[in-house]
Amino acid sequence: MIIVVRNLMHAVLLLILSFVGMAGLFITLSADFVGVVQVLIYAGAIAVLMIFAVMLTPRAARDNAGNALQLPALVLSGLLTAGVIFVVLQTEWREASRGSFDTTAASIGDALLTPFALPFEIASVLLVVAMIGAILLVREE
Amino acid sequence: MLARWYDFRDLGNGVARMAQALRDAGAPDGVVYALTALAGCLGILIFVGLTAIVNIWVERRLIGRMQVRRGPNRLGPWGLLQPVADAIKLIQKEVLTPRAADGTVFALAPILIFVPAMLAFAVLPWGEKMVLADLNVGVLYLLALGSTSAIMVFMAGYASNNKYALLGAMRVIAMLISYEIPSVLALLGVVVFAGTMQLSGIVQFQDFYWSWLIFFQPLAFLIFLLASTAELNRSPADIAEAESEIVAGYHIEYSGMKFGLFYAVELVNSMSVSAVIAALFLGGWWTFGLEEFVPGWMIFIGKLYAVYFLLIWFRGTLPRFRIDQLMALAWKGLLPLGLANVLLSALEVLIWQEYDVSAGIVLPIFAVVNFVLAGVLLVAFMRVMTRSFERLPKRARLVPDISVPLPGEPATA
Repeated sequence: MIIVVRNLMHAVLLLILSFVGMAGLFITLSADFVGVVQVLIYAGAIAVLMIFAVMLTPRAARDNAGNALQLPALVLSGLLTAGVIFVVLQTEWREASRGSFDTTAASIGDALLTPFALPFEIASVLLVVAMIGAILLVREE
Repeated sequence: MLARWYDFRDLGNGVARMAQALRDAGAPDGVVYALTALAGCLGILIFVGLTAIVNIWVERRLIGRMQVRRGPNRLGPWGLLQPVADAIKLIQKEVLTPRAADGTVFALAPILIFVPAMLAFAVLPWGEKMVLADLNVGVLYLLALGSTSAIMVFMAGYASNNKYALLGAMRVIAMLISYEIPSVLALLGVVVFAGTMQLSGIVQFQDFYWSWLIFFQPLAFLIFLLASTAELNRSPADIAEAESEIVAGYHIEYSGMKFGLFYAVELVNSMSVSAVIAALFLGGWWTFGLEEFVPGWMIFIGKLYAVYFLLIWFRGTLPRFRIDQLMALAWKGLLPLGLANVLLSALEVLIWQEYDVSAGIVLPIFAVVNFVLAGVLLVAFMRVMTRSFERLPKRARLVPDISVPLPGEPATA
């Protein structure tokens, strides 16, 4: 529906709905931390970014109906959906028999600081670089 | 389920007994879960409905008293029927939809903005076993709900097809996302100190170490309180609904019960934020042993109203901030303070856990150190931030700067 809806703003709102749906998928897989962080970051911050980006486009360019890429996008997403459904039906799912998971937040914290400490630090440096770049771009001088 | 049907004191154990009785009677697990969840949801809905009605009266009377006037006192004894009159007025008003407005989004916005407000009550620890959804990531869940409500505000402002509504909505979103960061940092300090993100776990931490968390994290309490007043769009940070500035902000075009929903959402949001502050910083249902005599949930509601009184106090006494003052407070004031608080808490927890010092010696020292450093940092930051500075960019000026003597000063120019 994001592809075919006429108003671009409605498309962004439906995208937010799909973000929340993905958080639901994470929660069904017992990844509670990742699910809540998905809502916090995607539906909270990235969605606001997309809304601001759409608001900055001129009003005439916000009509989604004349988009020539709609049909290929529909075909592609249909193929992807069919592929995913096929894989889901073909897999032999084993019932959840391993019992409850230990708390994912603590495990993620441990993993970020002990084996994956270097990517963690590089990610924070990347964020600082991004912020400094943004401030430089909008400086008035 | 309860000892007598009117004895509401031990609700948590009552629900547990009901669940056990159902399980003994052989009901399948899904039915037991559904019924206990239903009982919890009913309790929360009753509480939210009652407080939304009572709080309208409480707020207006208290603000009236703070402004040296009586609040509403015409309708019913002491004005107690004022909320009923408000509700009837809002219901009977005509619900207008502007013609060029986005119909679906316009109608959905007030409904959807209620959702995060109600969902926040699910993780609150009302009593020792009375949490509806004891999430392991409870604190993070509350922050996620706060950030989704920014989108709903935008939906309301955008769908009104009104320049001023859109402008108000943009300002509110900018303010909301700016104030998310200090509140995250404040709660991060709390989580680092308490060691768990589970709200009932944090209350049990306060129970175990026999003190409230506000004594160990005064800076976090202040930061979270200020950031929450901004997130709730309450005075002194209520540029969203500043009637004198931007008419009514993002809900100009809403009338009737749709506006009533926005109004109710602000009240319910204040309630949930007060409840979070009461649970995290003021000990939730635990109060130095008082919970043996008074049921935990009554203490919790009492603390909730104490924090709500603080919020009303802010509203009644402080004038409104400008938007640039608000942004400066968030980014230049509360953010560094929050970071300093996280650093301090992490250092203290490190000293405590790594060297395995006993809690009785170490915690009072931490409390004193935290209070002193909080005071020092706040005073230092206020000094630094209120320095006058040169406003950039410097344009070429055609007229030289003239200095006008203030009244009372001798003319020096």
